[in-house]
Amino acid sequence: MSAAQLTAARAARWRRGALWAVPFAFLALFFFYPLLTIFGTAGESLLQNGVGAAGWARLTRALGFTFWQAGLSTLLTLAVGLPAAAVFGRYTFPGKRLVGILSTLPFILPTVVVAAAFNALVGPRGWLNVGLMDLMGLKEPPIQLLNSLAAIVLVHVFYNATIVIRVVGSAWAQLDPRLEQAARVLGASPLRAWREVTFPLLRPALWAAVVLVFLFDFTSFGVVLLLGGPRYATLEVEIYIQAMQMLNIPLAGLLSLIQMGCTLAITALYTRLSRQQGDIPLTPRVHGEGLRPPRSRAARWFVFGVAAALLLLLAAPLGALGARSVTRLAGDREGRTSLESGLTLDYYRELFVNRREVYFYVPPAAALRNSLVYAAETVAISLTLGFLAAYAVNRKGGWGRVLNLALMLPLGTSAVTLGLGYLVAFNRPPLEIARLPFLIPAAHSLVALPFVVRTLQPALASIPVRLRQAAATLGASPWQVWKWVDLPIVGRAALVGAIFSFTISLGEFGATSFLARPEYPTLPVAIYRFLSQPGAYNYGQAMAMSTILMLVCALSIFLMEKLEA
Amino acid sequence: MKRFVWMLVLMSFVFAGCTPAAAPAPAAPQPAEPAVLTVMTHDSFAVSEEVVAAFEEANQVKVIFLKSGDSGSALNRAILTKGNPQADVFYGVDNTFLSRALKEDIFEPYDSPLLEKIPAEFRADAQNRALPVDFGDVCLNYDIAALEAKGLAVPQSLDDLIRPEYRGLLVVENPAVSSPGLAFLLATVAQYGEEGYLEYWKKLRANETAVVSDWTTAYYTNFSGSSGKGPQPLVVSYASSPAAEVVFADPPVDEAITGSVTAPGTCFRQIEFVGILKGTSNRALAEKFVDYMLSAPFQEDMPLQMFVYPVNSEAKLPEVYEKYAQQAQQPAQLDPERIAAHRDAWIQAWDEAVLR
Repeated sequence: MSAAQLTAARAARWRRGALWAVPFAFLALFFFYPLLTIFGTAGESLLQNGVGAAGWARLTRALGFTFWQAGLSTLLTLAVGLPAAAVFGRYTFPGKRLVGILSTLPFILPTVVVAAAFNALVGPRGWLNVGLMDLMGLKEPPIQLLNSLAAIVLVHVFYNATIVIRVVGSAWAQLDPRLEQAARVLGASPLRAWREVTFPLLRPALWAAVVLVFLFDFTSFGVVLLLGGPRYATLEVEIYIQAMQMLNIPLAGLLSLIQMGCTLAITALYTRLSRQQGDIPLTPRVHGEGLRPPRSRAARWFVFGVAAALLLLLAAPLGALGARSVTRLAGDREGRTSLESGLTLDYYRELFVNRREVYFYVPPAAALRNSLVYAAETVAISLTLGFLAAYAVNRKGGWGRVLNLALMLPLGTSAVTLGLGYLVAFNRPPLEIARLPFLIPAAHSLVALPFVVRTLQPALASIPVRLRQAAATLGASPWQVWKWVDLPIVGRAALVGAIFSFTISLGEFGATSFLARPEYPTLPVAIYRFLSQPGAYNYGQAMAMSTILMLVCALSIFLMEKLEA
Repeated sequence: MKRFVWMLVLMSFVFAGCTPAAAPAPAAPQPAEPAVLTVMTHDSFAVSEEVVAAFEEANQVKVIFLKSGDSGSALNRAILTKGNPQADVFYGVDNTFLSRALKEDIFEPYDSPLLEKIPAEFRADAQNRALPVDFGDVCLNYDIAALEAKGLAVPQSLDDLIRPEYRGLLVVENPAVSSPGLAFLLATVAQYGEEGYLEYWKKLRANETAVVSDWTTAYYTNFSGSSGKGPQPLVVSYASSPAAEVVFADPPVDEAITGSVTAPGTCFRQIEFVGILKGTSNRALAEKFVDYMLSAPFQEDMPLQMFVYPVNSEAKLPEVYEKYAQQAQQPAQLDPERIAAHRDAWIQAWDEAVLR
């Protein structure tokens, strides 16, 4: 081998190494380092004090409930999400884009706001209950949903249906329709064609959606606390109580270690399951090739039925929220009719006035700008790292497999513990970087990365090597190959990943509050501030701010989809 | 397609470039520049612009507030970073967390001259490592109109709450996650003793008392007197909440919408403290800031910003407080040492008795 060839081979090896080394370095710095720091702090005193019998009893109870509610929620999310994914992956219909955007909106809403939205809809004095009481002349509200397991599961479905719709739906739209057509021509019934052709092809996307939804439900905190009420506690709720209320960091650390162990087991099981099937050679298709309007009567019923059900599940709470932000409810009081209830824009107007000269006043435009900046940075970071990681994972080497596992870990790791880790690790030498602004988008990217990788990786895997080789033979540089071959094929998947990153960042509250940069408040931070003080104006302004958050998110997704098309 | 890529690249550059547009926060206090004083506090901290500006002007200093989550998170942050303090002053540790903070030894003693204007009942540390700033009484609030409509009297004792006419009318917060919830639990411990409080709670439970996780849910979802229009006309909140309901009323009102029960033994007094963090390099400025927090301008600003009462006996209360807010008569009190020693066990026992 000549010296030039050797150098070229070495350069190629370096390039390949960079694929997994960069995402690994990111995880090491922003995930493993802070976690190990806090575990180190916790470990010392745990060895001295132990946990105690009562502690173990609580722990097993929390662990059992965590699995039970996560499993139940995941099953129901699939039951809602899969028909919807089929509709989105197979059919075109009027209003499709709108329903798509609506299904994404819950993802960005802070839990307090979702709790308020569900209260406005199905709470004891929510519109549904008041309506039913009027209609049937009842004294007591007929729907008693809040503070129950049903509420937890319902809201989990509300939050996470979009994961199934986007992950499975986009994979479905990417499928080669000729395979199923061939099966039908050869005499297979629609059911058989689904069972033996479509379903096996969708399985990787399906497992990816299942594991993402499950991990989200598994570490659920706010939903369980606020909608499930005090009777229910997941591991994450116990971690929060131990760390923040009892100031028992050692026990909190132990609980999060157990939680991470479970996450690791779940993720390992997932990688095993999704590897079981042999590789089916796929060919990339023109996007939307298999999409068509529903033709038969049955198909039309199916499409419009599913779309209507989705609208009902998603739009009703969101609409209740929006409606509440322009409604004054003061006249609603028993025995007090002097004050009228009616429509008002006061809450929006009041957002722009610092009437009481509050030092920490948040101008809505500034909060909006901060939120959008963080979200855009999160998209940039997680797409860049996501592409590198997806290539690395596809290379099937040992490192790719480890990376695949490690990437999922942050999703199933206690946000409270990681936040404490950030506090300790990044506030002391050698890495005193807690006040640098990129820490928040970096933390958001940890959660966003699994989504980006899970959507990009199958799309990249479907690109036949021949295409890249042909481009290279014709003189394209590696960069040109990526730009003209890979990117057009995976553009759609990249968009899905970008939307996930964007929405995750926009709605995130925990890390933002932990990393405490009061000079850059975000929209969710402003909403929490209003909801922690009594008074009609505070409540109204929180609703108004949440509605603004929803509208901005909807508009951004709309623009992103337009740009990609 | 191409446009999409370029937009993404462009967007990331534009946004990455424009983040630090607000006032740049210096990484460490530097004596040569205009001095910087850092105050670590919880999310509920609020103050008027002019009150901060007056201090900054008088002392030629820039004050930075590090808000660090709820009071538990903020204290955690101070404890976890002790030895290498992130701030010069810590404000917002209350009497339920106080002895933990003292045990962790995060504060330096400071005998402020203003302490003589503060009644002895508020002072909890003989060495003056933690100095009282404000207090708030956690009391039952009631929906005036709803109780009238039901023809019920305002309850006057904790015992009233277990009488059948108040069945299903009260909502309380989980003491494991909510600070007013914990305060109310402590009030029952003070009233019935360690032997009797669980018995009382079992009776409350039998009387269909609703338990929810946090204050926001209790007040905005379950309580009928505020914006959520929930089913319960009695809620555990603060003695100052009725005044806040008037200040933030929409449309404005003249008469109160809610009231607070201030009868002896029904309320628990939360006192919040400030301290100079051990290892500060700004001791002189930190002392000045602590003095300022205890002086009239700051003390008189607190009631309408944080809805708490000043401890300085010379501070005047705003008019809306004179009219709508009541102070607890003989609030329940427990020794911070005793709270620190037993809070976990009390909460755990409460959890088993009330929730399971």
